[in-house]
Amino acid sequence: MKPTDTSNPDHFHQVVDCQWGCPAHTDVPEYIRLIAQGRFTDAYMVNRESNVFPGILGRVCDRPCEPACRRGRVDDKPVAICRLKRVAADHKDDISGLLPTIPKHKNGKRIALIGAGCASLTVCNDLLPLGYTCTIFEALNKPGGLMRSNIPSFRLPAQVLDEEINHIVDMGVDLRLQTAVKSMRALLEEGYDAVFVGSGAPKGKELAIPGRQEGDANIHIGIDWLESVAFKHVEKIGQRVLIIGVGNTAMDCCRTSLRLGAENVKVMARKPREFFKASDWELEDAEEEQVEIVINHAPKAFVIANGKLTGMIFELMEYDIDQGRITATRVTGETFIAADDVILAIGQETAFPWIERDLGIEFNQWDEPVCAADTYQSTHAGVFFGGDAAFGPKNIIWAVEHGHQAAISIHNYVHGLSVTDRLPPTMNLSSRKMGIHEWSYSNDFEPAARRKMEHVSLVERFRKLDTEVELGFNAEQTACEVERCLNCDIQTVFTDQLCIECDACIDICPTQCLTITEDGDAVDVTTRLTATVENPDQPLFASGQLTQTGRIMIKDENVCLHCGLCAERCPTAAWDMQKSTLGIAYAGDHDVLRGMRKCGS
Amino acid sequence: MSFITKPKVSWSGQKKNALGMTLNDYEGGLSTLCAGCGHDSITAALVQAFWELALKPEQVIKLSGIGCSSKTPAYFLSGAHGFNSVHGRMPSVATGAQAARRDLIAVGISGDGDSLSIGFGQFAHAIRRNLNVLYIIENNGVYGLTKGQFSASADPGSSNKKGAKNLNQAINPVAIAITLGGSFAARSFSGDKQQLVPLLKAGLMHPGCAVIDVISPCVTFNDHVGSTKSYAWTRDHLHASSAADFVPPATEIIVDYAAGETTNVELHDGSTIRLKKLDPEFDPSSRSRTLEYLEARRADNEIVTGLLYIDAEMPSFHDIAGTAQQPLTTFDFDQLNPGAEALQQLQKNMR
Repeated sequence: MKPTDTSNPDHFHQVVDCQWGCPAHTDVPEYIRLIAQGRFTDAYMVNRESNVFPGILGRVCDRPCEPACRRGRVDDKPVAICRLKRVAADHKDDISGLLPTIPKHKNGKRIALIGAGCASLTVCNDLLPLGYTCTIFEALNKPGGLMRSNIPSFRLPAQVLDEEINHIVDMGVDLRLQTAVKSMRALLEEGYDAVFVGSGAPKGKELAIPGRQEGDANIHIGIDWLESVAFKHVEKIGQRVLIIGVGNTAMDCCRTSLRLGAENVKVMARKPREFFKASDWELEDAEEEQVEIVINHAPKAFVIANGKLTGMIFELMEYDIDQGRITATRVTGETFIAADDVILAIGQETAFPWIERDLGIEFNQWDEPVCAADTYQSTHAGVFFGGDAAFGPKNIIWAVEHGHQAAISIHNYVHGLSVTDRLPPTMNLSSRKMGIHEWSYSNDFEPAARRKMEHVSLVERFRKLDTEVELGFNAEQTACEVERCLNCDIQTVFTDQLCIECDACIDICPTQCLTITEDGDAVDVTTRLTATVENPDQPLFASGQLTQTGRIMIKDENVCLHCGLCAERCPTAAWDMQKSTLGIAYAGDHDVLRGMRKCGS
Repeated sequence: MSFITKPKVSWSGQKKNALGMTLNDYEGGLSTLCAGCGHDSITAALVQAFWELALKPEQVIKLSGIGCSSKTPAYFLSGAHGFNSVHGRMPSVATGAQAARRDLIAVGISGDGDSLSIGFGQFAHAIRRNLNVLYIIENNGVYGLTKGQFSASADPGSSNKKGAKNLNQAINPVAIAITLGGSFAARSFSGDKQQLVPLLKAGLMHPGCAVIDVISPCVTFNDHVGSTKSYAWTRDHLHASSAADFVPPATEIIVDYAAGETTNVELHDGSTIRLKKLDPEFDPSSRSRTLEYLEARRADNEIVTGLLYIDAEMPSFHDIAGTAQQPLTTFDFDQLNPGAEALQQLQKNMR
């Protein structure tokens, strides 16, 4: 079997499931350890480097890290990573002194950014410290994009949003509010060195069924309606509200309705619960507020009486489901459900009516811009797309990562370098050994269950629209939750030349990760492991041949607890616990002037 | 040793035995022996053997004397009975335990010091009585607990950590066991669980005294150049005479060896020990030829491993002594202590 190439940064990176699962590759275990030490500001800055908006994401991130978290494989639930991020943001000190200094002398490059959402702001965050002049054009009168207009303030308070956006705006963004870009052609003619389109996916999907036009006064498009609420253009809604769709926007719509005076809110789902798009925790929070989620109801028509919406007719659906897939659909009847207002939350898409189609910016058959998946460059060399505008609706954390990558592309592009000329990630390892059985990390396993987030009481939370529901972890909860982290970035690093094959590591391993066995081809070796492979996505570690018998050491990383017992039991230090630090290159790490310097010298 | 205890977790795909128990359920306290000690591997092999046999921990009694080896019963089967006795006196306690509770499976863990020096006499008599016990000698050739003096099993000519040569002859526990009329004699190596686990299973089910001499390197005092009980030396000189496989009752025995190469030994409970000869010169059915074989290989500096001699038909301690079938703990007080009158009657019969 071919020995694993641990010099490839991906090997140890993939062991850190949360970091691997995070689009921006946030160094989760590192910031959790800093929180454990009470170093909230440092924890915040570790976060900020990769995800830019820790306070915002600590509340509303879609948390791809949590389903990935290894803790979820050896315990009921993953570490509450997102909630811990909020702890760092809530308890940090003033960070203004830790932000990069902005050079007085600019580099002469002007970048135009469309939409003041998380993608554009991330590009500014990365480029302003390099001397760029960044101009953001925003249609609304406040920056933040969908973070402000579509996420209700009871989940994401305005002051958190303002603080983190201002960190970037205060770096010197030329922010032009209430300035919608009407024509890409006109913008391109203004001579910017590059243009970044971060205008999101602002068009809510329509439901073209009978009665839509007639009932229009009481039928709302979810994201538009949420925006109207956020900007206080809408302050009330009818008693009985139906939400069509069961994604995260639907959850925001139903909970917002309750705060605007609705008494009876139903979320209408076409399919059974296992097909819901909303995150589990958002569903739980909505149900805690007595929102009724009705399954197997497909909208058929809006019912209008005397020119006013009175309700909707639904088809009752029945499905045959085989292994998570619908194999047959039947309509078994119809039902009328009365309503005063209906909110449509069935998805959203990008819209670029302001981009002329003869500028060299190509669009595909779905009218989405054609851009490269890793550089975000469109078919017009100086125009880049990012966030929801690039590949359709995703989440904030994706938009942030798009922003980082687009910033590198822009940085290269405006200096005449290839946008594909990018620095690869690096991996640094350093031992965590302090002495015999002493490690500079908390290696003891904390058996406690995931801490539960406390909420404001049901009575109190409806008094005001912007009362934040989640209270955040208290000190005791934080102290316990940080210890649940398994420190997956403290890697088990093996040196085959030192191993005397005493089996001590294999015997002590609490999860049977290790095997010493005869060398052979990978498939054959896999049949001889101590425990069967449960997670084929995570590659096995295979050592080189051991000195005494020529056998090889195999480690299945899947349920390794990183407790360090293998290294403690190793008499020859063939195993060591070493912290892996992933080095991610941002725009500022790319030395775009190297060519010029060479010429000058 | 380690400062933290072994975490107890469960995960999807974790294997369970016939009792629904995981391997971790058969473990004990965390070892305080040196990191890399062979004894810990033997402990792990025992855990594996008990788990594979799906024995209930409360069916088992663990017995030991004094020494590094004798600490190890604390590290497996925390749900079993146990007795940590005086130095070298484990066989006496095991005899008592078996006399009172022949329903228990006895595991005696001893070392080369405990059994070949101070407890040599006890060791000898346990064998000749064919006491129903799996008798494991964790053999490292050195007194580890007193910082590395030669033990009675240290080979002549081998050196200690400081380089001094051993001038005395070595006691070979396997040869002793066969000579004294033992019914089961085997040797293995802590670093070879593939061989050790089936041997332990066979030994646990053997009706009589199953002596297994396990070479168990002492990483701290006897794992150096010049040692003949180090990991490297043992691996270099290992000579497997046979491969044993334990087949539980009512399991079909699949014959996949050429005729003449395998010997099936039926045990009283219907299980079978299947012995595969790896060396054509080896004959496990004859005491004299096994002794001759052992001596010839020793002369060639080879460490013979495997199940070397077995006689499942030899009467065990229970047959010889006529011990009570019913555990003494389950007798009523009146039955167990019939009173002064009954004693006088008994004494009268003996006059």
